[in-house]
Amino acid sequence: MAITVLFFASLADAVGIRELSLSHVSGDTVASVRNRLVETYPQIAEFTPTLLYAVNEDYADEDTPVPADTTLALIPPVSGG
Amino acid sequence: MLIRVTSEQLHPQEAIDAVRQNEAGAIDVFLGIVRNSNKGRAVNHLVYEAYPSMAEKTMLELAEEAVERFDLTGSAVLHRTGRLEIGETSLLVAVSAGHRAATFEAGHWLVNEIKRRVPVWKKEVWADGEEWIEGPESLGIERAPASIQDS
Repeated sequence: MAITVLFFASLADAVGIRELSLSHVSGDTVASVRNRLVETYPQIAEFTPTLLYAVNEDYADEDTPVPADTTLALIPPVSGG
Repeated sequence: MLIRVTSEQLHPQEAIDAVRQNEAGAIDVFLGIVRNSNKGRAVNHLVYEAYPSMAEKTMLELAEEAVERFDLTGSAVLHRTGRLEIGETSLLVAVSAGHRAATFEAGHWLVNEIKRRVPVWKKEVWADGEEWIEGPESLGIERAPASIQDS
């Protein structure tokens, strides 16, 4: 019963890892998981104003539920093309 | 529908062949190219990173929406990752339709939406440093408070 968290680009550099596994808590949402991550990695806080989230590869809102065994990606502003 | 995120070189002919149909009277092709400078600063090369599975999923959704919106006969979206030198192709988009107007509109719309939504990031590498770029057209910047958009 875990959540896989993915970091990319500038955020991956800031936290120093690209992926981690987190225990799932009943009722978890994007915001509750993000807040637990900020406790461990306070440097995430400065990214949050422009950060987007994806749950299982779909863009999600802060109140989107994060069930167990899902993947939450933290997505800084994209710059492809 | 040809959709791919790849570290291999992009070849326009492959995308053109993928969208060529007997019903199509026009094909529009767009190439995003690595430029030698940005905001007055000389760029040595770029490094592209992707969330590959979500990038391909998002590219497919956008390509399908373009077909629907502009009545296309075909669409192809390919994005390169890894280290790209000046002059190399980072993005390849091709669309086909019965007539040219729809292909120009669809190509323009698709490239804009790709830059807005597809989880790909570019890092500029200069002679004396490097920086991840935050796309001014990205959804993250679009949704941010105005004070952050201006900074």
